Order: sequence, then C-alpha cells, then structure tokens
Amino acid sequence: MSAKIRKIVTVVEETVTEMGRPVTPPTRRAAAVAVIENPFAGRYVDDLTELFEIGEELGGLLAEKAVAALGIDGPAAESYGKAAAVGENGELEHAAAILHPKLGTPVRKVLGKGAALIPSSKKRGGPGVALDIPLGHKDAAYVRSHFDGMEVRIADAPRAGEIVVAVAVTDSGRPLPRVGGLKTSEIKGEDGLR
Amino acid sequence: MPEVEIRKRLVTVEEIFHEGGPPAATPLRRGAIIAVIRNPFAGRYVEEIAGFMDDLKPLGLAMAQQLIQALGGDPKAIQGYGKGAIVGAAGELEHGALWHVPGGYAMREALGGAKAIVASAKKVGGPGARLDVPVTHIDASYVRSHFDAMEVGVPDGPKADEIALVLVMTTGARIHARVGGLKASEIKGEDGLR
Repeated sequence: MSAKIRKIVTVVEETVTEMGRPVTPPTRRAAAVAVIENPFAGRYVDDLTELFEIGEELGGLLAEKAVAALGIDGPAAESYGKAAAVGENGELEHAAAILHPKLGTPVRKVLGKGAALIPSSKKRGGPGVALDIPLGHKDAAYVRSHFDGMEVRIADAPRAGEIVVAVAVTDSGRPLPRVGGLKTSEIKGEDGLR
Repeated sequence: MPEVEIRKRLVTVEEIFHEGGPPAATPLRRGAIIAVIRNPFAGRYVEEIAGFMDDLKPLGLAMAQQLIQALGGDPKAIQGYGKGAIVGAAGELEHGALWHVPGGYAMREALGGAKAIVASAKKVGGPGARLDVPVTHIDASYVRSHFDAMEVGVPDGPKADEIALVLVMTTGARIHARVGGLKASEIKGEDGLR
C-alpha cells in the first residue's frame, strides 16, 4: 500500500543576519512536507500496519526532497526532525504509526548516518495548523547548538481525512549559538547521544 | 538611500497533484520567495521614501531568479505571478508599497517581458502574520483558470522594524480549473488584459 499524496511542499529558510550580526556561513534548514490521504479516517482500525508502510515510503521521499532543496549531499546534513498533523477525522495514533515504526530508517539512509533519535512532534488539527518540527543533531542528541525547531504550515491541509507529514533537515545549528554544552567538534557519534 | 539589509530568506515550493479530482498529468507548482529586510524608515515618519525603490531592484531581480530556479529553472514554464509585502508594526503600509515597482519589474524582466500587471497584497503585521498573495496569468490578467492565491508567512518575522518582501510564481492553472472564462489558449497578449 503506497501513500496517496495530494501535494508536496518544500520550505527552505536561510538566516543571513541575526540582531544585525552576520551569520557566517548562513544557517539553513529545509522541510519537506507531504499531504496524504488518511486510509483510516472516520473509523477505528486496530491494525495500523498500512500506516507503518506509508511512513517508510515517505521517510525516504521527504528526506531526499529536503536534502535536494538544501542543495547538499545527504551526509552533509547536521540535524533533523519529523512531525505529523492528523486531520479531524483521524486519531493521534495514526500520526504515531507513520512517524515511529519505520520512517526513520530510510531517512538515515539518505543522510548517510544518523545515530541519534529523530526528534518528533505530532498533533491533530485543521487546515493551516502550524507544525513545530523539533530539531536535533543527527549523530549526537546532546549537541546544544543544534537544539532547534522549524515551524511549517500548509494553508489548505490537513483536511478532515488527511495527514500532513514533515521531515526537516539542516546543514547547520542555530544562528550565533552561545549557550555552551557539547560541541559538534566533540562528537563521538557512537551512542547517538554524545 | 540606505543599504538593503537582509536577515533571512525563505523559499517555499508546492507541488500539487490533485485536490480530490483526477490527478493532473503535470502537477501544478506554486513557489514563493520571501526576503526579510530591515525597514530603514521604521519608527518615524519619513516623507521622502521613493528612492528606496531603486535600492530594492537588485534584490528583486535576485529573488525572481532564485524563485525560477526553485521551480525548475525554466522561465518559460512560469504562467502566473503575484507579489506582496508584510510591514512590521513600527512601519507603515506605504513602506510596503515600495515593493510594487522593484518586485513587479524584476519578475517581468526575469520572465522575459510578461505583460500583465502583477497582482499584489500588502499589510502591516507581526511575526507569523500570514499574507494571501493573489496570482494571475503573466500575460493576460483575465485568464480565469490562473486566478489563484498562495498563503505565505515567516514564523519569526517581520519584527517591528522589518519588512517581509514576497514574490510568487506558478506553473499553470488551478489544479481542477473548470469555471470557464478566458482561456490561456485564447490570449492575444497585447494589452496585458486579454
């Protein structure tokens, strides 16, 4: 069973100055977002396997789109995140079924590595609802300069029987990070944490 | 006139496959580029502002070209356009009007001489404000299939002393256009209207 996609949206944000100071190189983050039909809208279904498969398909597709939008090779990505918003005729568990069982592996394949957990958020909402996609370093979750979030919204989605699925990728951390913590230069990259 | 100071750029591309009807042979693409710049006139009334339009021309052209690239790189594929501005709360609506000339002419130049007036919308708003940017056919304003709009916004802008400048382009008609009127195939292309 493959995803029935109505639209795909990519967003690239590039910050070149912050508080009047140059950000060198500019920080860049991209989100690729798919609007899909929710096969279980309007009814309770116990077995959500179909959504696991859809998550697997979208993980690779959206990671590729996000990396392409940044114009980088997958391994050059530094942080990532994922999120889903379920339309009103679906349940939160549908978002979980897409995001958690199978979406991560193809994302990591596109990015070369990805020892860290992919941070996620989910919600139920109507068209235009904002998704705040949490971001964390892909190889070491404790890298403090890369704790971030990216807001995206699709004006006409999710409709009641749809799900909005987003994967975000960056080639950088926050602009002008200066709150200490583990640095990218100190990553061991073994346990996904440090 | 003051230098143009950019804080960030956002590029959004929507790829629309269907909206509940038959999937189109060629998906519709809609793209928006936003530059968040410092408003040099924020916080006070300045009588002579028109010179800033010239300063914005290079930015307009660079934005138009970047947007064409994001939509695939072929200027001939662009069929609809629109523009807009969101002025931060310490500015006035008139500052948004500075974008009419540099934004509009930049797109016409980048597209090789489009004839129709560039539809526009502007407002004063805070960070996260949304703007519905109207879209019409690039050569004939009356083409009914190409009347469209794209909602855009910047999650963290414009700040009070900023302006978000927006250009929008599309690659075709609404995905299931079927309400008659002047067709793109019937354009005379002389007066920019029909």
